Amino acid sequence: MSDNGFEPKIVAFLCNWCTYTGADLAGTSRIQYPPNVRIIRLMCSGSVDPTYVLKALLDGADGVLIGGCHPGDCHYQSGNYKARRRIIALKEILKQAGLDEDRVWLRWISASEGQRFADTVTQMVQYLKEKGPNPMKREWAV
Amino acid sequence: MEPRPRIGVYICHCGTNVAATVDVEAVTEFAATLPGVVVARHYTYMCSEPGQALIREDARALGLNRVVVASCSPRMHEPTFRAASQEGGVNPYQFEMANIREQCSWVHHDRHEATEKAKALVYAAVMKAIRLEPLEEREAPVTPAALVIGGGVAGMMAALDIAEAGFPVYLVEKSDHLGGRVAELNRTFPDLEPVSEWLPALVDQVQRHPNITVYLNSRVTNITGFVGNFEATVEGAKEPLKVGAIVIATGYDVFDPRRKPEFGYGIYPQVVTTLELEHRLAAGDLTVNGKTPKDVVFIKCVGSRDQQLGRPYCSRVCCMISAKQAQLVRQALPDARVTVFYMDVRTFGKRGEEFYDEARRAGVRYRRGNVSEIYRRGDRVVVRVEDTLLGRTIEHEADLVVLAVGMEPRPEAADIAALLKLPRSADGFFLEAHPKLRPVDTAVDGVFLAGCCQSPKDIPDTIAQAKAAAASALIPLMRGVVPMEAATAIVDPELCAGCGMCVEICPYGAPGLDPLWGVSRVNAVLCKGCGACAVTCPSKAIRLQHFTPDQILAQVEALVGW
Ligand code: FES
Repeated sequence: MSDNGFEPKIVAFLCNWCTYTGADLAGTSRIQYPPNVRIIRLMCSGSVDPTYVLKALLDGADGVLIGGCHPGDCHYQSGNYKARRRIIALKEILKQAGLDEDRVWLRWISASEGQRFADTVTQMVQYLKEKGPNPMKREWAV
Repeated sequence: MEPRPRIGVYICHCGTNVAATVDVEAVTEFAATLPGVVVARHYTYMCSEPGQALIREDARALGLNRVVVASCSPRMHEPTFRAASQEGGVNPYQFEMANIREQCSWVHHDRHEATEKAKALVYAAVMKAIRLEPLEEREAPVTPAALVIGGGVAGMMAALDIAEAGFPVYLVEKSDHLGGRVAELNRTFPDLEPVSEWLPALVDQVQRHPNITVYLNSRVTNITGFVGNFEATVEGAKEPLKVGAIVIATGYDVFDPRRKPEFGYGIYPQVVTTLELEHRLAAGDLTVNGKTPKDVVFIKCVGSRDQQLGRPYCSRVCCMISAKQAQLVRQALPDARVTVFYMDVRTFGKRGEEFYDEARRAGVRYRRGNVSEIYRRGDRVVVRVEDTLLGRTIEHEADLVVLAVGMEPRPEAADIAALLKLPRSADGFFLEAHPKLRPVDTAVDGVFLAGCCQSPKDIPDTIAQAKAAAASALIPLMRGVVPMEAATAIVDPELCAGCGMCVEICPYGAPGLDPLWGVSRVNAVLCKGCGACAVTCPSKAIRLQHFTPDQILAQVEALVGW
């Protein structure tokens, strides 16, 4: 564990019906997790525009978490599949551009998986601490 | 041109729920410095009437046109504060919430960190609020009828209440009779009342009710639409049934004890389930291999509270069923020894503890122990038990062993969940919208839960929940209209190139190309507001109202920036 006082900042885009509700459940169950994550509520993971993710990374977020319903469970039938395709494409583009695609996590977390949400955040914070601060902001501030 | 934003920000203590972890005063001071904010206050309970009055009065006195409340999850009180804003003359869609309880004070303990995070969340909410546009809420008419899935006591009770209120009910039951699991019971706890004294009358009442149409041997194969306007395809119905609300009452399955092979169920005729004993008690025949049992054993928590089987929950009724059946066996076989092996005895509920006392007074022996296996010895079976009070293993010879089997979700629950996109909890039972405040609602508006499909429960609790589900289902039916999604997608015809990608991606067929102008238009009645089209549109001509890119990017900037 390389803990040099670096506290990563994570922006999370969560779908209203599953992962946002799961995050609420973590709250009602009082499951503790690191405060590094800040959540934006969207109706569906299928409405996460890759530009939102890019914007967060370029603004200096150390990680971006996209949370949606499990495959087959999207409230709007197939939004999560759309999200999956887009995020794969986005990660490919980040990689091609020599940027760090592993700072973007897409996870399926249901309304009943409060623990899983907390665990995901905890893992992601740990992972980003080891990785260190996001260099993208600096690189792009030409 | 829209007037400049005038924002009121309200930070809720939620008693101590927020205030114990988040420095609400510091957050309020911070909020007052944000652009567009003309007033920032904190208050003990924003959702209380005086809390809502603060919003209303400020809005009027200060001419607010945006309101931000930082408190619990918007899934909880967004409607409350939208209404308060509206009463103060603010468009309800120019209201925004910061979730500083579920997603902050309840999950973090460091006061400084939680306070800083709360500030960031409030900052983002204000940034979004500045960009919020007024939207108009429209209403859709409601089909004044209900669909009830499942013809057990839960479904029948819900159907009756809705029918009695004057609305047509379609009751769909997959078997060839009404009554569900209760029809398989003989007598019920805690009064040993025969089911035959009330169930047939209830079934009869349902069958004769002029407002209830019963479909037996039938299943729901498809459901489309939304609250107020569902269409269900039901086997046996000639046309799709149009309904405004749906009650799910699909009940439970009993645990199959073959999944615990060490108990020898299905191999030894001496080993039966509580449900099978129920049938034998009704028939008045307790003999095993033609002989009257001299020693009867009950084993509790079979398939319940069992991590290894993935059934960690308590089935709630098995303790009482065992106490009931043990008493009935004592009555039927006064010479037999009756022993109950238990992990714990749970006797909640009205008259539960008294009923357990009655069982012991009637001579039923309770012995604390974990049963490890059952095997045959001659024409009897031996129950091997670790007595957890004495700390030693005992062997108990018995002629009849009754396994108090737990409840589990029906396999068909998965199909219903898929039809309606209903979430289920980890144990497979349907998930209520809120564990305390919305126990019969689901994540899907207009769909309600009754009985054991939601979690194991006894008959009084089942009926109470069924009546609650009926009352909730009656709300849209009696009101006659439901509010329609205002946050729909809209197209800017100036930007639209008419490529049709939105038409292709929308699962609801909401956007369509206007043949005259060659641009896309969104049918607001069909749009559910998922936002998939907005991301797809290459010319960014479609946007999802209330979740527009400028609003979201402003949130991102605030969250990363603070
Ligand atoms: S609603 Fe959760 S991913 Fe679509």
